[in-house]
Amino acid sequence: MKNYEKTGVLSNNDITIPDLQYLKRGVAIVECIQHIPCNPCVDSCPFNAISMKDINDLPVVDFERCVGCGKCISVCPGLAIFLVKIKNKKALISLPYEFNPVPKLGDNIIALDRMGVNRGSALVKRVVKSGKTSVITIEVDDSLAMEIRNIKV
Amino acid sequence: MFGFEGDTIASALHAGEVKTFSTSLVYNNPRGFFCGIGKCSSCLMRVNDIPNVRTCIAPLKENIHVEIQNRLPDLPKASFEQIPIESLSFDVLTIGAGPAGLCAAIEAAQKGAQVLIVDENQKVGGQLIKQTHKFFGSKQEKAGTRGVDIAKELENELNILKSQGKINVMLDSTVIGYYESKKNHLFGVVKRNDYKSQFLEINCKAAIIAVGAMENMILFPNNDLPGVYGAGAVQTLMNVYGVKPGKNVLMIGAGNVGLIVAYQLLQSGINVDRVVEAAPRIGGYHVHAAKLRRCGVPIYTSHSIKEVVGKEKVEGAVIIKLDKNWQPISSSETIVDCDTVCLAVGLTPSTRILSQINAEMEIIPEAGGYVALHDESMQTSVKNIFVCGDSSGIEEASTAMIEGKIAGISSALSIGVTKDKENLLKYIDELKLLRAGPFGDKPRAAKKIINKLVKI
Repeated sequence: MKNYEKTGVLSNNDITIPDLQYLKRGVAIVECIQHIPCNPCVDSCPFNAISMKDINDLPVVDFERCVGCGKCISVCPGLAIFLVKIKNKKALISLPYEFNPVPKLGDNIIALDRMGVNRGSALVKRVVKSGKTSVITIEVDDSLAMEIRNIKV
Repeated sequence: MFGFEGDTIASALHAGEVKTFSTSLVYNNPRGFFCGIGKCSSCLMRVNDIPNVRTCIAPLKENIHVEIQNRLPDLPKASFEQIPIESLSFDVLTIGAGPAGLCAAIEAAQKGAQVLIVDENQKVGGQLIKQTHKFFGSKQEKAGTRGVDIAKELENELNILKSQGKINVMLDSTVIGYYESKKNHLFGVVKRNDYKSQFLEINCKAAIIAVGAMENMILFPNNDLPGVYGAGAVQTLMNVYGVKPGKNVLMIGAGNVGLIVAYQLLQSGINVDRVVEAAPRIGGYHVHAAKLRRCGVPIYTSHSIKEVVGKEKVEGAVIIKLDKNWQPISSSETIVDCDTVCLAVGLTPSTRILSQINAEMEIIPEAGGYVALHDESMQTSVKNIFVCGDSSGIEEASTAMIEGKIAGISSALSIGVTKDKENLLKYIDELKLLRAGPFGDKPRAAKKIINKLVKI
């Protein structure tokens, strides 16, 4: 049994982390590790960067094709897709958010990791509302690029 | 007291902080509601002197008199007496207007059948109307769309067919029995109006049973205290009626229902203390568990509820660690401070009408209990009686919708209003594909037995 099956928390070893060259450009990180019948992410990508053999397969991101547009973030029913871009010792993380109130541009909010632990404050850089799922882009220290996955307003 | 139009009696009572709906007959214990979707008897009250009104689905009306039922009720003075029995005939009767029933009725009507759809609730959509999360699946099954929006889409399709005179919709009505008939199938329906009932006879060439499922209960001391609710009840209160079920919730069960409802509780501003799960691993999708965990809600696997504490209502709960053999480990108790205990410990298919029809039934644990055997076209062992959705075996709403479409087309084919089989095979293939992954193991195993045994 894998640890996340017991805890519900992934480690960075459970997912594919792109090389730094891609992270600098900004790419989608798909934290979907179970064979569940679901594929809206594949249809959502305008660049055909996400592929799947059949509906029960795991989504695979082609980091060469991914331009970091983030369209897939609000489409994923499992809220399991994030966008990470590393720039000047900072990481820009875009994440799906379905709580009220929705933070505003320039707000300082709390950054949470995969266990919901407070990892310090983060600056809101972008807010895009797509239906009832907002995509929030925050800026944190680049060492937290693969740690922060939620926010608290 | 007051409530809003569209409320049920139970949701209005909850909003007014009234959570005791009855007292038990022998020990006089306070009782609240449990399933919240019209399946159990926990919410029965006396309304305008009419006993046994199911307040969780009974619409709220002005100036009504609602009383706690603390003894066995007297029979009401024959409420049917003055109203003559109405007799109606249709090609296809669909019982239940949830995802399966709606899809079945729509398909059957589009193929040319005259359809009647009956549902106990005030609205169509079944349990879809409280599913505020986005659905999984593929484009054909409307993946990425929230359940509540799928319900609206289906309702729109239904209304078009209704305006064309192809479908009749009967809400706030219950199919109460199946009767012997020389020709076709004969059902009895009770249609409610101001808590009084009218009896109707429905004669149909085919019937599609899409009556859903019932939340499971587990045994522990004080499991009948107001504040111990099924997950579906909690979801109905907050997502359909905008009523907070409590302030601090202990969730029992880490299957998809438990994980999703726990997340929706957080979205409603309600604290979830933790999720406990008796199995050593989380049963629901990892992505649902991850969403909860990153909000800071812990999930305790290999843990179960030992008892609920409280006198008139839930005041806390005791949880206990389980060993490899699922046995409680002594002195491993933890006291949890909560005012609500939410049970998400599985569902049991509702099948009583199928038993009465004398469809061949079998206990299939993978399907959630007793189910009617059926073939790939969703026909049971009784000719022209079809079944689909959770009442044919517990599964997802996405598969329920496809099963409904299959049952709808099959019924139209079987009674001879169409010969067009094309979509039928397409839907059967779609269903197979959805069940092909590891999370499809259980339904696949269940349906294998269900399909193999049926003889028509």
